[in-house]
Amino acid sequence: MFTPTVFASILPEILILVIALLVLVVEPFWKEEKRRNVGWLVAGSLLLAMVISFLFGQPGEPTATLGGMVRFDWLGFFFKQLFMFAAAVTALLLMENEKVGRRGEAYLLMLASLIGMNLMASAGDLVMLYLAIETTSIPLYVLAGFMLADEKSTEAGFKYLLFGAMTSAVMLYGFSLLFGFTGTTDIYQLIGKLQPGIATFGVLALILVGIGFKVSVVPFHFWAPDVYEGAPTPVAGFLSTASKAAGFAVLIRLFFVAFPDFAPSWTLALAILSAVTMTVGNLLALPQTNIKRLLAFSSISHAGYALIGAVALSQLGAASVVFYLAAYILTNLLAFGIVMAFSRVTGLEDLKDYSGMSRRSPWLALMMLAAFLSLAGMPPFGGFVAKVFVFAAGIQAGYVWLVVIGILNSIVGVYYYLNALKYVYLFRMPEQDEENHPVPLTRPYVIALAVLAIGVILIGTVFAPWFSWSDAAALNLF
Amino acid sequence: MNFIDTHLLSLILFVPALAAVIILFLPNGENRVFRWFAFGASFIPFVLSLLVWFRFDANQSGFQFEEIYVWYEAIGSSLHLGVDGLSLTMVLLTTILTPLSILASFSITDRVKAYMILFLLLETGMLGVFMALDLLIFFVFWEVGLVPMYFLINQWGSANRNYASLKFLIYTMGGSLGLLLGIQLLGVLFNTYDLQIITAQWSTYTEDIAGIPASTFKTVAFWAFVIAFAIKVPVWPFHTWLPDAHTEAPTAGSMILAGVLLKLGAYGFLRLILPLYPEQARVFAGALAVLATAAIVFGAFASYAQTDFKRLVAYSSVNHMGFVVLGIAAAGLASGTPDAHIALNGAILQMFNHGLSAAGMFFLVGVIYERTHTRNLNEFGGLFPLVPVYGGILIFTSMASLGLPGLNGFVSEFLVVRGAWPILPVYTAIAMLGLLFTGAYILKGIKMVLHGPLNEHWAPAGGEHKLTEINTREILVMVPLMALILWIGIWPAWILDVINKAVVRLF
Amino acid sequence: MNFPVLSVITFTPMVAAVLILLLPAQRKNEARAVALAAATFALILSLWAYFNYDQAAAGYQFVEKYTWLNLGQLNISLHFGVDGISMPLVLLTGVVMFTGVLISWGDDHPHVMAGIQDRPREFFAFLFVLASGVFGVFVSLDLFMLFFFYEIAVFPMYLLIVIWGWIVTREYAAMKLTLYLFIGSVVSLVGVLVMYWVAGQNTGVYTFDMLQMEKAGFSQTFQDIWFLPVFLGFAVLGGIWPFHNWSPDGHVAAPTAVSMFHAGVLMKLGAFAALRVGIMLLPQGAQTWSWLIMMFAAIAVVYGAYIAFVQTDFKYMVGFSSVSHMGLVMLGFSTLNRDGLLGSGVQMFSHGVMTALFFAVVGMIYDRAHTREIPELGGINKIMPFATIGFIIGGLVSMGMPGFSGFVAEFPIFMGVWGTQWLVAVIASISIVITAAYIMRNIRQVFFGELPQKFEGHLTDITILDKVAIVVLCLFMIVIGLFPNFMVPLVQTGVDNILRLLGGA
Repeated sequence: MFTPTVFASILPEILILVIALLVLVVEPFWKEEKRRNVGWLVAGSLLLAMVISFLFGQPGEPTATLGGMVRFDWLGFFFKQLFMFAAAVTALLLMENEKVGRRGEAYLLMLASLIGMNLMASAGDLVMLYLAIETTSIPLYVLAGFMLADEKSTEAGFKYLLFGAMTSAVMLYGFSLLFGFTGTTDIYQLIGKLQPGIATFGVLALILVGIGFKVSVVPFHFWAPDVYEGAPTPVAGFLSTASKAAGFAVLIRLFFVAFPDFAPSWTLALAILSAVTMTVGNLLALPQTNIKRLLAFSSISHAGYALIGAVALSQLGAASVVFYLAAYILTNLLAFGIVMAFSRVTGLEDLKDYSGMSRRSPWLALMMLAAFLSLAGMPPFGGFVAKVFVFAAGIQAGYVWLVVIGILNSIVGVYYYLNALKYVYLFRMPEQDEENHPVPLTRPYVIALAVLAIGVILIGTVFAPWFSWSDAAALNLF
Repeated sequence: MNFIDTHLLSLILFVPALAAVIILFLPNGENRVFRWFAFGASFIPFVLSLLVWFRFDANQSGFQFEEIYVWYEAIGSSLHLGVDGLSLTMVLLTTILTPLSILASFSITDRVKAYMILFLLLETGMLGVFMALDLLIFFVFWEVGLVPMYFLINQWGSANRNYASLKFLIYTMGGSLGLLLGIQLLGVLFNTYDLQIITAQWSTYTEDIAGIPASTFKTVAFWAFVIAFAIKVPVWPFHTWLPDAHTEAPTAGSMILAGVLLKLGAYGFLRLILPLYPEQARVFAGALAVLATAAIVFGAFASYAQTDFKRLVAYSSVNHMGFVVLGIAAAGLASGTPDAHIALNGAILQMFNHGLSAAGMFFLVGVIYERTHTRNLNEFGGLFPLVPVYGGILIFTSMASLGLPGLNGFVSEFLVVRGAWPILPVYTAIAMLGLLFTGAYILKGIKMVLHGPLNEHWAPAGGEHKLTEINTREILVMVPLMALILWIGIWPAWILDVINKAVVRLF
Repeated sequence: MNFPVLSVITFTPMVAAVLILLLPAQRKNEARAVALAAATFALILSLWAYFNYDQAAAGYQFVEKYTWLNLGQLNISLHFGVDGISMPLVLLTGVVMFTGVLISWGDDHPHVMAGIQDRPREFFAFLFVLASGVFGVFVSLDLFMLFFFYEIAVFPMYLLIVIWGWIVTREYAAMKLTLYLFIGSVVSLVGVLVMYWVAGQNTGVYTFDMLQMEKAGFSQTFQDIWFLPVFLGFAVLGGIWPFHNWSPDGHVAAPTAVSMFHAGVLMKLGAFAALRVGIMLLPQGAQTWSWLIMMFAAIAVVYGAYIAFVQTDFKYMVGFSSVSHMGLVMLGFSTLNRDGLLGSGVQMFSHGVMTALFFAVVGMIYDRAHTREIPELGGINKIMPFATIGFIIGGLVSMGMPGFSGFVAEFPIFMGVWGTQWLVAVIASISIVITAAYIMRNIRQVFFGELPQKFEGHLTDITILDKVAIVVLCLFMIVIGLFPNFMVPLVQTGVDNILRLLGGA
């Protein structure tokens, strides 16, 4: 049963499991104050795992392993690499969090959820898919509410749990109906077995609810701002990037592979969702004064942009979604990283607290500039290229109206992103004594933020290799 | 020598500009250096234009000393220079008056360097207009002359200079707008700006332009040209900038303004309007004659009414230039006839003569103003005994302006009237009445300055009166002018010969 | 492989920006020195390219092409090259960059606080990122890259204005400017993407290479529909009426060097992109809509001049004069004939240099007098004779006075308009008189007359670096004015290419 292919197909998960065990073993031997070093361990070994799986775990022709439970293809592979990268960065960011970083469980939970995400990206069967989603979600519920002493954190965890449980139940209902109609749970066998009709659309709608929750599209977004605000910031970053991307991986695999015959109906539904998500996300971001809430709404709107690529239902569309998510993960992690670095020193999270930041820490300000401009879709940062590709796919598919809405939304986005930068660069601290209030960065932050910032610029300038991988991943869907 | 032989015109044209650039790089310091350098530099074109004058073959048709250089190939314009009898006269006038004006401005003490630079640039601008054989180049120099003049008035003028200089600029630029558009139209039509080619083709052009009959278009373009030049001349009712500009300009500025700049307008009539629009010129000659007559009569009346000496002289320019336009109108109506040639001879000579006498008059006004710091005629009176030499010169120059036989003004005005009489009898008759008033205002001016009871203000106190006599430098300015005035008055043939041959050939 | 001069020019500022950022924050003079060195280097290279452009061969030269992304239906390459239209603009950018750095160096005189004293490191870095974007747009022959650089050129503007701008209006103006430009550019983006796919379908070759897209054979209907969004989207940055509103506010709020860049170069960017993408790729659409563009442009010309005429704020006056002059550029485009396009090509350069000079002088005066209200100023020439002469020369260029570059540029534009719609030429020409009036009035009011009492004693002359900047700028205006052949034949080679695309003419 365990041929080399099977082994390679779940190599990343195996490695992650090993790391998790390593953490369990090592952590008790370290003294309390040294336990933050688990972060180094996790980040380093995750990078190693990325390298190992890159060397030995590259997929060839798409194959189904483990009885069809897991698909071994570039789509899954590329997403897994992204998730592991995001987790490694998150680990670095976690260690600097006073309340979370010294507790091995936090890292363990993150690793567990990471395994779930990896499986989400590569699941080839509805059963596997559901299991993966739950494996991802449950540790995240805990992580979101990790700071027991903090009311907001507890609230966040609970809210996330309630929303998550309900939507996953709805989705599970959809899955079971699907099985009932077709007699199979294999995603790749579903095609052609469904008859058009109200019932089918109902099923699709139920599944969309579940995925919509994961990627936080409107109207399933209500949890997002509260959870992001309340959860420990690294967790919020992780939630808004890797977890969201995992949802997208499921979305494109399931819908592109299993339901292309019903395309006009669900693409239209997705188009409407996309339009609504972008618009609501951006409009609600406008009045925000808390930077984490601002980022929460902005990340909602970014789900909307990415959906344009999915709406296109083409190879370019899928590739552009993957590319978009890659750029988005880097950018948003950078943004959350900066927020963390800043609030670790100052303890403040309001926009107005960022006044004078460019004088307090020019480099942090510059990185914030890169992150926010990338979110706004400005070159030479990743967000620009990603957006252009998504729009290009949309236009190719004839969704000019959707692209126009997307563009109008980018304009709104430019407004509030630049507005935030205004605090950083223009306004000053009340006493105008910024030089007395530096924002020092510790080593994990320096490494994490530098890697992210360089990544954001690289993906925005030398985009050919990244896009080639995205394209290879997308190719597996057709 | 060879280079000078082949580049005579461009040397005349660009030596002043070059000198201006050199002055720019001279170190700041002694005003004397700038003055003498500028004077010397302006003397070179004078000598060269004398050379041209003597080498000029009046019997040869067409333009002489032609030079052509690549300038703006893409739109078919080149730096094409050349002179005929008409333009050579004007070039000579310019090169004579410029050194004299510079000499006259030796009394300027404020920012001499900038002043001299502007003055020399002004000379280049004026000369360029007279030499240009390319419409675009014509326009270029037309506008180039404007700016230095603006700054001369604006910076070195008297009390009301801001208003006067802006008015001068806006009037002239506004006027030249029609000219600019007309020139553009011609350029677009013929794909070249060469004056000779355009003249040959445009005067007989009959095709529709943009769906509009050529005749209509030509009429509009004709008036656009006329207005541009009429403002410069100036013809009534476009003359209102002139008294202000003249009055406020520094002395030398007024000299050049009256002496040369006004001639640019008249030259435009002769060089462009008559050849380009013979048809329209004939049709609208009556209208032009009305304006010219109005200028003569109203100019004289207005002049008579002035109490400011300089304004009086300024309005006299309107009056005198009216004769030039009258001659042109007559020629337009009866082009090709001997009468028309006589009238044009008169008009061109009048341009030259007025250049001399108006420059002299303005200079003399300046001389007295520098001593008394007033131009109000009522504050003068009976000065002759105090400054007899000045008085003599003033009377002499005034007489030239008045048209006293034996002096130059008489010759040209007589020719104009003689030529225009058979063609436009009524207007000429009215113009003659205007001439009467010319006598009146000039005599009034002389009387109020020199004669009558001595104004107590200037009365000798303790044996010393406050007025000083005209000094040697100032006399030196006047001597060449007076000599020419007298010479042309007695023996006009030397210049009329050149003018006449050009006129007969051209019109 | 020849020396890749265009990519070196394009990326020099970017590299310099990074170097400047790596310097320690306190070392202001070092940052300035690096900036000046980079700007000089870029200027020398662009001069070198300018004089080595082979006019006889015409076409795109110094071409470099590196495949950037070649995947299925997406083909993007870093394709650089300049023709007769873009070469002068590259030079213009070099000149404005050089002079902009010079005048931002500043004066440490206690009364003055000229130039950039607050965070010069960031200032030059942002400015240079902007410059890189500008160079990139001018030399890009790939539509994607053109867009890429276009956006790079837009966003630093926000920061530059909001951080170092005029405190009264900077937040409002910077946001307004950025949003206007961003809206314009994304509207064009939609058009560009549509063109990409349609071109691919028509020819079977999917590429952003503009030389290929020129051959796409877009249908008449397609061109009619998409010309306006594409052209106007870019033309927003060119300050076309009625979308010009951002520009005077932006000019006024920006610090001096940024105003220079903004009016001098950035507005050309919009006009250039509108020409290259709108007119050159959609020539038949341009023919359909040229009447509308001509109308907008004619209104801009006269309206801009009139508004400039009534301003009392010196910088607003210059800002609105830019609207008027850029209107002339658009007017030339709209003629779609040789003369008009030729004039526009020269006008872009001429106006760039002239307005840079204007803003430089206005900035010098404001830094010292701390007011820009024209009625409050006076007698400046007694203190700053050099700046006075510079401004007068700029003013003469602005008036279209012969002997200066403005005339050389405006004259063919009007000729071109005569060739298409004579009435517009007549209407637009009114602006010449209005311009003359406000320029002369303001020269007189600001530079001459009595020096107000409050300025006695504490106004100082401009620095030697300022003077160098003024001389460099004036030099170009005079040389082109006296010797049109310095630039005109070059531009003409570019115009011929456009005419070929426009078909036959």
